[in-house]
Formats: sequence, C-alpha cells, structure tokens
Amino acid sequence: MAQLKSQHISHDMGLHTEQLAGRTQQTFFSPEEGENFTYPQAFEVDFEKSASFDAAEMEPQAINHRIAALMAAGHGHIVVRNPLAKHSLGVGILNRLKLEFEGSLGYFGCGLIDGPNVRIKGRVGWSCAENMMAGTVVVEKNAGSTFGAAIRGGDLVCMGDVGSRTGIDQKGGTVIVGGRTGAFSGFMMQRGRMIILGDAGINLGDSMYDGIIYVGGKIASLGVDAVPGEITELETEWVTRKLAAYGLEAPDGADKLQKIVAGKQLWNYDNLEPTEKKIVL
Amino acid sequence: MSKAKSQDVDYYLKQSGVDTEREKEIGQHIGYRYDVNLVPDEARLTPFLKTYLATMGWSDLNWLEDVHMGYEEGRPAVFDRNINGWVSVPEDMTLPDNQQDRDMIARELLIKFQMSERHPMVDLYKAYRKF
Repeated sequence: MAQLKSQHISHDMGLHTEQLAGRTQQTFFSPEEGENFTYPQAFEVDFEKSASFDAAEMEPQAINHRIAALMAAGHGHIVVRNPLAKHSLGVGILNRLKLEFEGSLGYFGCGLIDGPNVRIKGRVGWSCAENMMAGTVVVEKNAGSTFGAAIRGGDLVCMGDVGSRTGIDQKGGTVIVGGRTGAFSGFMMQRGRMIILGDAGINLGDSMYDGIIYVGGKIASLGVDAVPGEITELETEWVTRKLAAYGLEAPDGADKLQKIVAGKQLWNYDNLEPTEKKIVL
Repeated sequence: MSKAKSQDVDYYLKQSGVDTEREKEIGQHIGYRYDVNLVPDEARLTPFLKTYLATMGWSDLNWLEDVHMGYEEGRPAVFDRNINGWVSVPEDMTLPDNQQDRDMIARELLIKFQMSERHPMVDLYKAYRKF
C-alpha cells in the first residue's frame, strides 16, 4: 500500500511536502489577478447551444457521463428526458449550465453541484442537492426528506411539500419551500437561509448554531435553542426579491413571516457540566 | 454577533474579539467574526459582480450571499471554502466604511482568486480528478 501511495501523481507534484503548523494558511489576494468568471478546469459552454437525450434505457452513471460529454462539446443547455426517478442523476457538475430533467429524480439528485441552473419537472427523492455549492435547483413538485442536506450555497427551491430534516446541517445558501416542511427542518443549521411558505413540522431549527428560518404558515414546535427573531427591512426586501425570482410570494407579505434564529445557548456547550446542560436546555 | 460589535465595522481590526470569560479561558474567539446573517444589499453590486452573475445565468448573488469580509490575525480577509482557509486582502487596499460595500469587495476578490490558475484547487484537480 505504501508503495502505491508513493507512486501517485500528487507526490510528483509536491503536494505532500507541506508541514502543517496548526495555524491558518497565509494566502493573499494578488492585485494582478485576471478577471475570469469560470473555474480554470470548467468546460466552455454556450447557453444557446442545446442538446437533449432519452435516459429511459440508460444506467445512472451513463446518464451523468452523457451530460459531461455534452458539456465538453460546448452544450450549455441540456434536456434529459425520461429520468424515471433514477438515483444520483446530475451530480458533481462544476460548471455553468442549464440542465432540465423532464420527469422525477430518485435519491441524491443534483448533489455536489457547483454552478448549474437545474429545473426538475417532477418530484425528487431523499437528499436532493445535498452538499450543493452554487447554482439553482428548482423542483416543480414535492421532495423527500433531507432536502438540501449540508447545502453550502446557491438556491434550492421546491414548489410543493418536502419531507423531514429539510436543510439538515445547512452551511449556507437558500432553501425555499413553497408548501409545507416536515419535522426537524433546519436541524443543526450553521448558516444560510430557509424560507418556508407553508407550515413547519415539530422541532423546527433544533440545535441550530446560526442562520435564519422564515416561516409563512404555522410552526408545530420549535427545537432546542431555536428562538423567534425580528425581521428587518433589508431582510423583507431580500425575501420578496428572492421569492419573486422563482414566481413565489409570501402568503401575507414578507414582513409578516415568522423569523427563527439561534438562541446561541449551545455555543458554550462544552463548558457546562451535565447538570447545567439540563438547566440551559 | 453582539449588537455592540456589529455597530463598529472595524471592531475585529481594532480588537482581538476575545471578550467573554469563556473566550478568555480557551484563548480564542467563539462564533463568527462577522454577521453571517447579513443579507446583501443588491443595489451595491460592483460592475464585475454584475458581469459574473450574467455569465452564470443568476438573477442575484447566489452562493456569494454567504461571502463576507472577515478578519484574520488583525487583517481583513475572506474565507475561501474551497481551500478551507482565509485569504488576506492586500494591505494597501482602502476599505469602505460599511460592511455591505466591504462584502461586495470580498465577493469580487474571492471570485478572481477562485477562478485563477494559481488557486490550489487547480493542482488538486490535476492530481485527483476521476472523470
């Protein structure tokens, strides 16, 4: 095994010589930096160049490879017909792209993406857009549990209802639910924003560290350390603009949304004795 | 972030931020050193950012809504999630007097860095890409 490791290209590139000193790495912006808008390794695509294919008889890996091949050929608009709720479709796309699925996706659809604008004309299974970094994902019908798990950036929108633990471990980005959301939504949320236009299930925002949850309907109950906050004028404008971008609006106006934030009583959790934890919680 | 800290845009440039008893005990700051919940004022977009958003096909700042000007070791810096580290702002750069405009500068700097050939992800991609 040791011999195999030493033969890896990363050793030849000198990527294993750095001595980690346990401090923040010192990297500086360069004033002479060029003005590029896409990653150096990204495909050059044209939004006006379209392609479509039928995925009915294809395996998930073949579908993802076909999408990559079309991007490599410069297609900036790709339509996948008949995805038939297959799992892990549209994952790992680190490119600007307009991607449409004409049908439903299974588990882990559009995970680990960084950049594309995706529209799903159907439903999605568990963990849609988990670990999403950037871009937009719009689901026209309902979504399963852990919608947007560990999302780090971008906009994730479900026009219908979603299951439980929506935005679990959310680290950034915006999750929008046009309908209702299930129990433990926003569980362990660390930052980012969630807008729920319908009702929210029990234990909303349980153990959230930071971030904001806006709710237009009824909240069954708040979780540990989730507390009401006061919505600002800037936030009202931002929510209104964000919802309008997806053809949505708050039921009674953005200024009437309930705002939920972290009580921040758990921030010093490791400083407390077990009996003290009970008092705090 | 406390109200007193959020009112002074230079707080973390002038202070260590180690204020509470717990922070003093462990010798480091707890929590974010900027208001992570500050939503952007889109009226302050720079021309560079407008071009970037148009290139990507986005109607607003998208993932950049979570990028803010932070402070590391007494210097203004921006956190780059792709390298899990802070990138320091050039010393001769004059910062605006409000957080919203500072955040826009942070977003612009981060885009230029992430999209450049000298970003560490370029080598990692060459070494470890699978497809």
